[in-house]
Amino acid sequence: MPLYHNEDQAMLKDSVAPFVAEQAPVSHLRKLRDTADATGFSRDLWAQFTDMGLPGMLVPEAHGGLGMGHMEAGIVLEEIGRNLTPSPFLSTGVGAVAALAKAGGTQAERWLPAIASGEAIIALAIDEGAKHRPDRIATSATRSGNGFRLDGKKSFVLHGHVADMSIVAAKTDGGITLFAVPKDAKGVTVDPRRLVDSSLASHVTLDGVELDADAVIGEVDAGGDILDALLAATRTGAAAEMVGVGQGAMDMTVTYLKERKQFGKLIGEFQGLQHRAAHLYGEMEVARATVMKAQELLDQGSEGARLMVSVAKAKAGRAANLAVREGVQMHGGIGMTDEYDIGLYMKRDRALAEYMGDVHYHIDQVARMNGY
Amino acid sequence: MSELDAFRTEVREWLEANCPAEMREPIRDEDDVCWGGRNFKFKNAAQKQWLDACVSKGYTVPDWPKPYGGAGLTPEQTKVFKQEMKRIHARSPLDSFGIWMLGPALLQFGTEEQKVEYLNPIARGEIRWCQGYSEPGSGSDLVSLQTFGEDKGDHWVVNGSKIWTSYADKADWIFCLVRTDKANKYQGITFMLFDMASKGVTTKPILLISGNSPFCETFFDDVEVPKTQFIGEINRGWDVAKYLLGHEREMISGGGAGGDMVSIGGAFAKAFGKNAAGELDDPILRAEMAAFDVDVFAYRAMGERFMDMWKTGRAHPASSNMMKYVGTELNKRRHELVMSGGGSEALEWDSAETKGGARARGWLRTKANSIEGGTSEVMLNVIAKRILDLPGA
Ligand SMILES: Cc1cc2nc3c(=O)[nH]c(=O)nc-3n(C[C@H](O)[C@H](O)[C@H](O)COP(=O)(O)OP(=O)(O)OC[C@H]3O[C@@H](n4cnc5c(N)ncnc54)[C@H](O)[C@@H]3O)c2cc1C
Ligand SMILES: Cc1cc2nc3c(=O)[nH]c(=O)nc-3n(C[C@H](O)[C@H](O)[C@H](O)COP(=O)(O)OP(=O)(O)OC[C@H]3O[C@@H](n4cnc5c(N)ncnc54)[C@H](O)[C@@H]3O)c2cc1C
Repeated sequence: MPLYHNEDQAMLKDSVAPFVAEQAPVSHLRKLRDTADATGFSRDLWAQFTDMGLPGMLVPEAHGGLGMGHMEAGIVLEEIGRNLTPSPFLSTGVGAVAALAKAGGTQAERWLPAIASGEAIIALAIDEGAKHRPDRIATSATRSGNGFRLDGKKSFVLHGHVADMSIVAAKTDGGITLFAVPKDAKGVTVDPRRLVDSSLASHVTLDGVELDADAVIGEVDAGGDILDALLAATRTGAAAEMVGVGQGAMDMTVTYLKERKQFGKLIGEFQGLQHRAAHLYGEMEVARATVMKAQELLDQGSEGARLMVSVAKAKAGRAANLAVREGVQMHGGIGMTDEYDIGLYMKRDRALAEYMGDVHYHIDQVARMNGY
Repeated sequence: MSELDAFRTEVREWLEANCPAEMREPIRDEDDVCWGGRNFKFKNAAQKQWLDACVSKGYTVPDWPKPYGGAGLTPEQTKVFKQEMKRIHARSPLDSFGIWMLGPALLQFGTEEQKVEYLNPIARGEIRWCQGYSEPGSGSDLVSLQTFGEDKGDHWVVNGSKIWTSYADKADWIFCLVRTDKANKYQGITFMLFDMASKGVTTKPILLISGNSPFCETFFDDVEVPKTQFIGEINRGWDVAKYLLGHEREMISGGGAGGDMVSIGGAFAKAFGKNAAGELDDPILRAEMAAFDVDVFAYRAMGERFMDMWKTGRAHPASSNMMKYVGTELNKRRHELVMSGGGSEALEWDSAETKGGARARGWLRTKANSIEGGTSEVMLNVIAKRILDLPGA
């Protein structure tokens, strides 16, 4: 496959890009923020996403979805990133779908059609501390009656407070098991916190949560592979969204360089700024190619995908971070104001950077996969 | 798709049957490179056998048309061919400025006769070319060049000097930028080709910090060049020169991806030893190497995307400047890490164990990557102007 968008993908982009830009530009985020919206996103917008079939893009056709791939999901995520659009697309339409589709079984039957029809919002309850360390999951699931009992604490659960179901990763006797924990399960306490980017993420406490045996996603003790699929999809998706955030910030900045005058010149004429902008352009292009490569390998089910996903999350993380830092700096004082959008890009980048492993985590993963 | 698979099988079988085992080893030093040319001495029989085999199939220039010595492969087939070469770590059968630079310019601007006359010997490795662009006063500002060709009816008489001419002392012919109209800066340069054995051509090697002297000062003293030996139009050589520079950058930027060395840290873990956790035993260097690995894998993806887009006309014309900038800076970083990884051993300058200080010399050589073919600063200028459209750039 060539590493550019084919005709169908280009058409998808041509319909998604103007849609997101018109329906959910940065002012949409501002409105939610300024009204301290307790949902964290717009249900109306989600309904429009559903009309376009977006939540079910990755859902197999047999379950009522469109059966598309990560490359296509990435097109949507980039636009979400570029417009700072709050939505549960990444957790629900990408991460949860990857896990459920991989697992199959009753939970997949139950939830995949509901995701495709826009009825279900799903949260991913993986992390347990301030940093992403999926190899240190301590939440326990012990056999109880004809089911399980869950105890533990989860953190940084996006949409946890509104999710119809949360995918909870827990330790069982022989490995990791994933559970579908419904909204109203007894013993679940959800404590949403407002983050720097105005999104809402929850601390979730699981205190003797009793679940039936069929709450297991896939097989008991065999959740490792399903978790891997969830992580690969979500990390790649986050990387695609970061490319959008970085691109949005860079575009704003380059535009500003062509408008702002100081010392009797457009500041874009100063070579000191030109070289930094050109360097940033190179980094963004490399990040974009890398994310596409990871998407391609995931879509092909290739062995190399695991390495490339970490490379993509690290590289997109570095590039987007450079874009927002240079963005604020090159805007000068105005970049520090709340009124100007560039600061919002910086905040969103920070949140995406932490999500599912930061740059350092993924660089370390690359070293490990390369045997050192 | 299945046609492409069939092609892959065909290439795989051909390589299996024709690529000698010695040619599936990484290039270790300059001696391993096959440059071809009138005076080239093959290092061993395998090197010649490999070149001959590739020439007979058109595989030294797989994507060139068959009448000019190529194999006439499509972009997709070329990609498959390269993948298969890489899979068995096959060495390039022929490295040549003719292939990388002059050939593409001839394909674009040459007449039919010129293509037949010049491209076939390039594909067969018979004529070694050098590039006469830079002059002592004209480096980054190449268009200020002064070497002058006086119009004598059926020929020019060329006087002047060039500098940094790589391998001028080993080359058979030169492609050269010569001013033919003093009144016109951009539209007064002609792109000429001539034999380095012509009367009045002399070269003098320049010693580099690496201790090698691959390049020369080149002097032209009343050199007669027939009026047939130019490419494009008279006085419009700048168009050819710019086109060619795009290909030169593509070639130089390839270094960033680092050939066979997939993971730099993996290669050094042995030398450093590992700690109890199985990690390379210098945590800070490990982190730097891993960050570098990330950038290499990322750059490779960019290389693939760039090629896919370039070959199908989707790439921005100035994106080769971006590839050159990113790739050469990356390659310099690689060699800094290679030196750190090698420790005191990498400092040895002439011992047999270090193959004559290959690492140290290689490290120093890479410092030229961000200078040759246009400096990094000039690349950034071009990106700012042509891609980002910044004012006054
Ligand atoms: C938090 C804060 C507090 C402040 N407090 C005060 C205060 O109390 N009193 C007061 O008077 N001011 C104050 N300022 C204003 C501050 O001094 C200006 O913001 C600063 O001088 C930059 O000017 P500018 O914002 O107009 O940016 P611009 O001058 O528009 O610069 C935009 C960008 O272009 C770059 N640039 C501009 N010219 C060149 C050039 N020739 N070469 C290369 N790059 C160039 C800048 O470095 C910057 O990155 C404050 C600003 C902030 C952010
Ligand atoms: C190993 C090697 C092989 C080479 N092979 C060949 C060859 O085969 N044939 C050939 O013709 N040439 C060759 N060259 C020459 C090469 O193309 C030039 O060295 C290069 O174009 C830079 O020119 P210069 O050395 O005159 O540097 P200068 O142009 O003098 O530049 C000096 C410094 O100033 C910076 N600078 C210059 N202008 C600007 C600007 N506008 N904005 C910002 N910074 C600027 C440069 O980036 C550089 O850092 C080779 C060079 C090397 C090192």
